[in-house]
Order: sequence, then C-alpha cells, then structure tokens
Amino acid sequence: MSAHTHAHLHVHIPKVRTLVLVWLALICLTGMTTAVSYLELGWMNIVIALLIAVSKASMVAWIFMGVRHTTSLTKLFVVAGLVWLGIMILITASDYNTRNWTYQPMPWANNPAGGLSK
Amino acid sequence: MADTVVPAGPETAVEDIRLKHHFATSAQQMDADTLGMWTFLITEVLFFGGMFTAYVMYRNMYLGAFASTSQYMNVVLGGTNTAVLICSSLTMALAVRAAQLSNRRHQILFLILTMIFGTAFLVIKGFEYHAKWVEHLVPGFGFQYEPAQYAHHAQILFFLYFAMTGMHALHMVVGLGLLTYLVVQAYRRVFSANYFVPVEMIGLYWHFVDIVWIFLFPLLYLIGHRR
Repeated sequence: MSAHTHAHLHVHIPKVRTLVLVWLALICLTGMTTAVSYLELGWMNIVIALLIAVSKASMVAWIFMGVRHTTSLTKLFVVAGLVWLGIMILITASDYNTRNWTYQPMPWANNPAGGLSK
Repeated sequence: MADTVVPAGPETAVEDIRLKHHFATSAQQMDADTLGMWTFLITEVLFFGGMFTAYVMYRNMYLGAFASTSQYMNVVLGGTNTAVLICSSLTMALAVRAAQLSNRRHQILFLILTMIFGTAFLVIKGFEYHAKWVEHLVPGFGFQYEPAQYAHHAQILFFLYFAMTGMHALHMVVGLGLLTYLVVQAYRRVFSANYFVPVEMIGLYWHFVDIVWIFLFPLLYLIGHRR
C-alpha cells in the first residue's frame, strides 16, 4: 500500500481481531452486569456493578480510544481528569457526610420548656 | 526574453498542505491534536461528573427511594441501548481504522453504520421518554409515584435521570452531526493515511459518549429491581 511511502505518521493501526474481541467482551460484561443486578447481594451489588462499568470504560479508553498508543503526556492528562473527578466526589461527600458531626443549635426544634428537645 | 527561472524550493515544504506551519512534523501535529481533544474530554468528564456527584450524594441520602425507582425503568430497552452503543463504538473504531488504511469505501460504510446505531439509540430512548411521560414520571409535570412515601425523593432521581440521559442524548445528536460531516468529507476523498485527524478526534468524542452511558446504565436502571 502507498500508506507507507507517503505517510509521515507512524500511527498504530489496530487489528480487526482486537477490536472485535473488545466488542465481544463489552457485550458479555453488559449481560453480566444485568444478570448480577437480579441477585440479592446487599452492598456488593453496587460494588460489582461499578467494577464492571470501570472495566468496560477502561477497555473502551485503552483500545477503542487508543490511549494504549498515545504519548505519556496524553496518558497523564487522562489520569489527571480522573483524579479531579475523584476530588470533586470525595470533597463533596466529606462535606455532606460530616455536617452533623458538630453541634448545631436548632432553636426551631426546641421544646416549650426551653431546653433542646434532644 | 527568457522566462523567469523559478527557484527550486525544498520539496518537502509543500509535501503536505495539511501540516500547519506552526508544527515541525505531522507526528507532532497529531500529538498536539490528540492532547487537545483529551483536554476537552476531561472538561466533559467533569461536566457529567457534576451530575454523577449529585447522584452519589442523593443516592446515599435516599437509597430506599432510589432503589424503588428501578421498577419503573425498562431494563430490556436500557440494556438493548447499551448493546447498540457498544456496537456503534466498534463501527466507529473500524471507521477510524479504514481511514488510516486509506480505505474510503469501508470508511463511509462504517461511518454510516455508526450513524444508524446512534439513531437507533435515540429512537429507543424516545420510546422510553414517552413511557415515562405516560406514567406521570416526569418531575414537575404532574409527577405521581407509588409507593407514595417515596414520591418526593423519587422525584429527585427522575430529575437526575432526565438531566443525565437528556444531556447524554444531546451529545449523541451533536455526534450524529459530526458524523454527517465526516461522511461528506470522506465522500469528497479528504481523508487518507496522510490525513485522518478529524476522523480520529470525532471517534474519541463518540467513544467518550459511550463511556458515559456505560456508567448511566447500571446506576439508573439496575439500582434495586431485585427487591
């Protein structure tokens, strides 16, 4: 092919087989996450669902989006994006989950006798 | 009088007109394009991430109400849509590959297949939205909910449901517009092994939208229908 005589770009061209295998894995994992959601596993349900979602997303990013063959700088940017997402969720959660740790006077909840109702 | 002799310039300078003058090589241009696209996608991660954060907080506060909404979600349609989007990601990846190999026919074929899958997704989503409307599950528009003690908090979930899937669907519509542009350009023989940056970048966008749905599906459809 003339692709090699003129091309300045030495890009990695994925094999069809690789792409189809990833597609197959994604379809299987979709079936798996649906099936597992019908089982009663308590808090493990959400853990398994998220683990499957993260592995699916990683496969799409790594193979379909070609992160595998990008520069280190691009990889660093991808990781940085996830770290910022983590910061947003973590700090929001630490706010909401600690709001009742400190004493808050709530005069509207007082009993008629004057003391705090609780 | 003799014609002015045109001095022979460096051939390499005009070899690829698509190499912008501020880049040294096509490879450098490609790296910069990829990095720029990923920077945009990170802003998208944080944009959707805001809604995901809201989801996480309210889910922790009102888990019972959120879990009870699963009975109103159509898992068959949601699961089908997940599969449809995964198929569209495969055809998109194959379209990028065809562009890299200068295979114009396959490129147009796979781009159109991607558009067909994308459209199928939106049509299925439309049926789901219609069902929600008929069942009075659109927040703010005569919202009715059983069990009644969860009505108020379930409305929060349905608000998030429409905000997140709606914003996702909007991204799909934008993606379909971009794909239309790619098909036209591919038809005009713009892309080849020398130049396929737009195909690759719009491919990244399309895969990103797929990833958003990969998280939306378990979080919105599969929360608690085992109960």
